[in-house]
Amino acid sequence: MRDTKIAGLEKMAAGVRYDILNMLLKCGAGHLGGSFSIVELLCVLYGSQMNHDPANPDWSGRDYLVLSKGHAGPALYATLAHQGYFAHDQLDTLNCGGTDFPSHPDRLKTIGVDVTTGSLGQGTSQAAGVAYGLKLAKRDNHVYLIVGDGELNEGQCWEAFQFIAHYRLDNLVVIIDDNKKQLDGYTQDVMNPFDIAKKMEAFGFYTMKVKGDDLEAIDLAVSYLRRVGSTAKCIVLDTVKGQGIGYFEELMDNHSVKFDSQENQKAAKAALDELEKLMNREAENV
Amino acid sequence: MFELTENRNTKGRELRTSVVESILELIKENDKVVALEADLGGASYFNKINKAAPHNFIQMGIQEANMVGVAAGISIVGYVPFVHTFAPFATRRVLDQIFMSGSYSKNTINIYGSDPGYCVGTNGGTHTSFEDVALLRAIPEIVICDGADDTQVAWIVKEFAKMEGVHYLRANRKAVRDIYKAGSSFQIGKGNLIFEGKDVLIISAGELVSDALDARDILEAQGYSVGVIDMFTIKPLDEKLIIEQAAKAKIVVTFENHSVIGGLGSAVGEVIVENRLNPIFKRIGVEDKFGQVGSPDFLKEKYGLTSKRLVKEIKTLSGKM
Repeated sequence: MRDTKIAGLEKMAAGVRYDILNMLLKCGAGHLGGSFSIVELLCVLYGSQMNHDPANPDWSGRDYLVLSKGHAGPALYATLAHQGYFAHDQLDTLNCGGTDFPSHPDRLKTIGVDVTTGSLGQGTSQAAGVAYGLKLAKRDNHVYLIVGDGELNEGQCWEAFQFIAHYRLDNLVVIIDDNKKQLDGYTQDVMNPFDIAKKMEAFGFYTMKVKGDDLEAIDLAVSYLRRVGSTAKCIVLDTVKGQGIGYFEELMDNHSVKFDSQENQKAAKAALDELEKLMNREAENV
Repeated sequence: MFELTENRNTKGRELRTSVVESILELIKENDKVVALEADLGGASYFNKINKAAPHNFIQMGIQEANMVGVAAGISIVGYVPFVHTFAPFATRRVLDQIFMSGSYSKNTINIYGSDPGYCVGTNGGTHTSFEDVALLRAIPEIVICDGADDTQVAWIVKEFAKMEGVHYLRANRKAVRDIYKAGSSFQIGKGNLIFEGKDVLIISAGELVSDALDARDILEAQGYSVGVIDMFTIKPLDEKLIIEQAAKAKIVVTFENHSVIGGLGSAVGEVIVENRLNPIFKRIGVEDKFGQVGSPDFLKEKYGLTSKRLVKEIKTLSGKM
């Protein structure tokens, strides 16, 4: 059972990564690194763990996803398209004037987006508010809050974390995308985060470290944390910026990638071919 | 419909009591109304909400930015949040949170920013907001109200709860002089034309409306015909009323507990100029200065926000000094 499920998620991850790359290639540039690093996470959440209904995006029983690192919007859009929230071809309008798919998620524009983010740090408080409200209303919905490691520079994150821990919002999981880089370079050079997991523990969170490209490990961790009660909960996701495609993992400035060089274009096309093969792989060959 | 009180020298309930009692009444009608406080519950009396309706109270600690974000988030799942902190921390400290988590996202946040301008008293310059209206006025769709007395403040709080979006009420915590009779009602976005006049039009907001009415008494006794508008909603602004009344007046002055830059005076001036009205026009408010410590009366005098100064300015403008 598990093998089939993970194989399905692997194919989904290939498809989501394909769509992200395709979108950014069409735009000529975009936030590739931080979008790729959360692909496996998003596939586990939407493909396995979250209660949600693409045919009924406002379903009152849905779980909430807050992408506080809003610049990874393309990853969320590709995942939502894969799940059937809207047609794939709409992804082609990313960042075009008048689009419903702006670089950063907008709850008023995109079906399936509940919380507007972009100004870093603010998704953390909004997610805390959603979780507090759900608890107050005695509803069972869960909230998944994705925060960037660079985003942790923002003081507001730590205000929100104190609040989440103080009120033991056990219907919320904070997931930190520890991809080790932010726009200007390595996080340890720009603003040393020190030991993120220890910091979260010191803030009162039950904290797990999980490999960010390991679908099975992420699936197990999220499934386990769903059942852990009476405490704030955190996953520090050990990821690579540009995750999944060797060329982009190694590219130093991969926060926003421009496809204006032949080299980047060539690498993107090769990656698309590779991803397409993974997407079309027959189940029996897995 | 509003009615004026018979005695403008009596004071009503403290304005914080007015806010708190209104919120408690709202909670009785709607369990989704919640109050968020950033460790100033003793100062705002929001701790009374905690006592009477603990389920509807959220202690935020000293986390103003998080408070605004949590308010936005809780509104996403159907709650009607009211947040309180001192006016400067409810606005300039959390401007981007109000912008993105609030207005841009069309989430609902009702904000009570207390002790604006000279009401700050001995909390001093660091806690003074002479710029809060200017900051918020540039953000689309925000409603900005300056509460004139306890009757109006109570009404504003109740009215905010009926509307979606970001709404800001700036008002003293303490008791202020009565202007309106209990039971008066108002309309968001509509100025209150308290008196019509032929010579002078004073447009004011907040508790300074009382001082504007005092100035009117003095000027009327000296033969001037003076109109007074309580422009308690600074945004959206009642442009129609300004155009209609300013067209009749020889002199228009605005009178505000705020910097002359970007607040009520600027807003009224924009309407007058763009509509090619031609009265003598002056903004009376704080002249691009920082605040300082002192009693509210001292500060009022210091920054020229008294009826005495208003009378003097109007007489100077009329050339009859």
